[in-house]
Amino acid sequence: MKMTIALATLAAATLTAGIASAGTMADVQARGKLNCGVTGGQAGFSAPDASGAWHGMDVDYCRAVAAAVLKDPNAVTFVPTTGQTRFTALASGEIDILSRTTTWTFSRDVDLKFTFAGVNYYDGQAFMVPKSLGAKSARDLNGATVCIQTGTTTELNLAEYFRKNNMKYDPVPVENNGDVQQKYLAGACDVITSDGSDLASTRSSFKDPQDHIILPDVISKEPLGPLVRQGDDQWADVARWTLNALLAAEELGITSENVEKLSAGTDNPEVNRLLGKEDKLGEMLGLDPAWAKRAIASVGNYGEIFARNVGDKTPIGLARGQNALWTQGGLMYPLPFR
Amino acid sequence: MAMKSAAPREPFHLSMLFNDTRYRARSIQVIAFIMLVLAAAWLVDNTVHNLAALGKNFSFGFLWSTAGYDISPHAIEYSSTSSHARAAVVGLLNTLIVAAMACVTATVLGVLAGVLRLSNNWIVARLMTVYVESFRNVPALLWIVVVAAIMSQAMPTPSAFRGDNPTASMILWDSVAVTNRGIYLPVPDFSRSLGQLNSAFGALDLNYAAVLCVLAISVLARRSLVERAQRVQSASGERPATWWKSLLVFALPMITLLYALGFHLEYPALKGLNFSGGLLLRNSFIALWIGLSVYSGAFIAENVRSGILAISRGQTEAAHALGLSPRRTMRLVILPQALRIIVPPLISQYLDITKNTSLGLAVGYMDLRSTLGGITINQTGRELEAMLLMMLIYVSISLIISGIMNVYNSRVRLQER
Repeated sequence: MKMTIALATLAAATLTAGIASAGTMADVQARGKLNCGVTGGQAGFSAPDASGAWHGMDVDYCRAVAAAVLKDPNAVTFVPTTGQTRFTALASGEIDILSRTTTWTFSRDVDLKFTFAGVNYYDGQAFMVPKSLGAKSARDLNGATVCIQTGTTTELNLAEYFRKNNMKYDPVPVENNGDVQQKYLAGACDVITSDGSDLASTRSSFKDPQDHIILPDVISKEPLGPLVRQGDDQWADVARWTLNALLAAEELGITSENVEKLSAGTDNPEVNRLLGKEDKLGEMLGLDPAWAKRAIASVGNYGEIFARNVGDKTPIGLARGQNALWTQGGLMYPLPFR
Repeated sequence: MAMKSAAPREPFHLSMLFNDTRYRARSIQVIAFIMLVLAAAWLVDNTVHNLAALGKNFSFGFLWSTAGYDISPHAIEYSSTSSHARAAVVGLLNTLIVAAMACVTATVLGVLAGVLRLSNNWIVARLMTVYVESFRNVPALLWIVVVAAIMSQAMPTPSAFRGDNPTASMILWDSVAVTNRGIYLPVPDFSRSLGQLNSAFGALDLNYAAVLCVLAISVLARRSLVERAQRVQSASGERPATWWKSLLVFALPMITLLYALGFHLEYPALKGLNFSGGLLLRNSFIALWIGLSVYSGAFIAENVRSGILAISRGQTEAAHALGLSPRRTMRLVILPQALRIIVPPLISQYLDITKNTSLGLAVGYMDLRSTLGGITINQTGRELEAMLLMMLIYVSISLIISGIMNVYNSRVRLQER
């Protein structure tokens, strides 16, 4: 009897995994909920607040996708993942989309069989040290004990940087972000290394942020973006164009406040196409014409998302820099809606 | 009986497979076996299909690609340009090192606590009861995390040792530094070094090899010395004094060799951001080692106590009647007999310790689980392959340990004739 139950559970588990890879959009709509993989707690990108509601850039992106696909920005189940579990969670179908400050690399795209929807934050790996350490640049870190969150591109960049510069270090691998902070604050390591945005977010949560500095050296390129399983092009298109819709909205001056008014029709054909007044872009995507309008109305355009979560008015205080629109000297270049 | 064998043989019918008690047991077993094989085949088939659906193939080729990450400590030569296979070996060695150390300390601790728990001294016995009950009933992971937290929160940082008025200082005549990164110990060093032999599997330090050779020769020399003493004793009834000869056999060649090699201790010293030189026992290692030792030690103490209690009281009384002191009674009469009862459960404790080393993940100890089963999986995405490989390795280690312990057990077992 026990044997049969065990076998039945196994069979059910393997079958559901099989079904999940059939058509993600149909699955999500049938379920009525989007399963979105996020970090467990990284202020500004994804972290639950005191009442358990999730906030952050990565969270807002998932809400935008849910608004486009399910017509409800709150129809999202946020699944906290670690650097180690995220890819397994996505590959197995436990989550539909991974929006977890994940660096777009060749091997993840090609070898791990994922499709990146684009870049929602251009970042680079940096170092944070206590001011009292006296280090002015990453070159001063020879012999340092370095805390790293494992399962990231970070540890590869770190190894490469120290090897290239002929310096030594002692790696302390830590499973999650909270432990990294605790070890660093206890002085069990001299340095934390991570993406610059992550360090800024970590520092903002410290009691005395001014006692810690982020060294000016940026040792890698970290284009962070949401990703989905490879082989489901329709779902990948939804993910890619939702991201682009948020970026294009900023470019076209569409905000969460004026989107309702603009969707009635304007003299700008691109705005009309994006908001579903002209052409039938939504239908091509397998959605209704108002998909992008809902996405923008629920979380705002990219600029609003940035300003609300990580911008210079927030405790994290990041400048737009590389993440400004291409028209303002940044790298954000929304693809044309045509 | 004779009647039965003389009975005419009934012709065989298929229904007899189930109706006849002679065949029933066997046919049920065959059917169960076939079902088991089918279930396994179905699982494998399902896995293969699902992997294909995800566009993944099953291959161990990733083991030969560049790992790209650093591991510390590494017992053999390793850098971030080494392969994933080598990273796995480094992790495996770290697992084995901490497992071996924890087995030794847990045994020492367990035997001590087990014996002392039976002590007639009320305070000592109660203290040991408190130790056993508190450590046995809290998960091993918590003890590991507690030790790690104490080490990283309560110990001074290396910078506290710096300056004219340091707030922390090294202990044991400035040779050992206890910091919140770990404990720095002095290591032996040779100023007239013999160098090392390099091979594909790692470097062999000729100095240590020479020391081991001399030690082996000394052991052999002492054995012949004792044998000679034995012969003299059985011939003349008088045993010649051997202790100073043994001492000489061990000390003289070793001291000569160490002097020739220019043996000295290399002390840790503050250099740059951290101590350098000497041997660093990292926090993660200490936490795992101590955590596992005290946890498993409590179980071993109970094994030891049950082994001792199983020896009849008469043995102790007989030994006392012969005039043996309590200590010698324990060492010469009780423990050798108790070992027969202690060793089998001890085997499973050793297996537990070895498998529990994978908890090192929680404190960042780079064992097999966090190299092959952690970072490698992450960087290559080969969960299935790496997990299977890791299971295979853990099974092999466990089988080897239980094999060795079984051999030992058969040697201490009561010889029945």
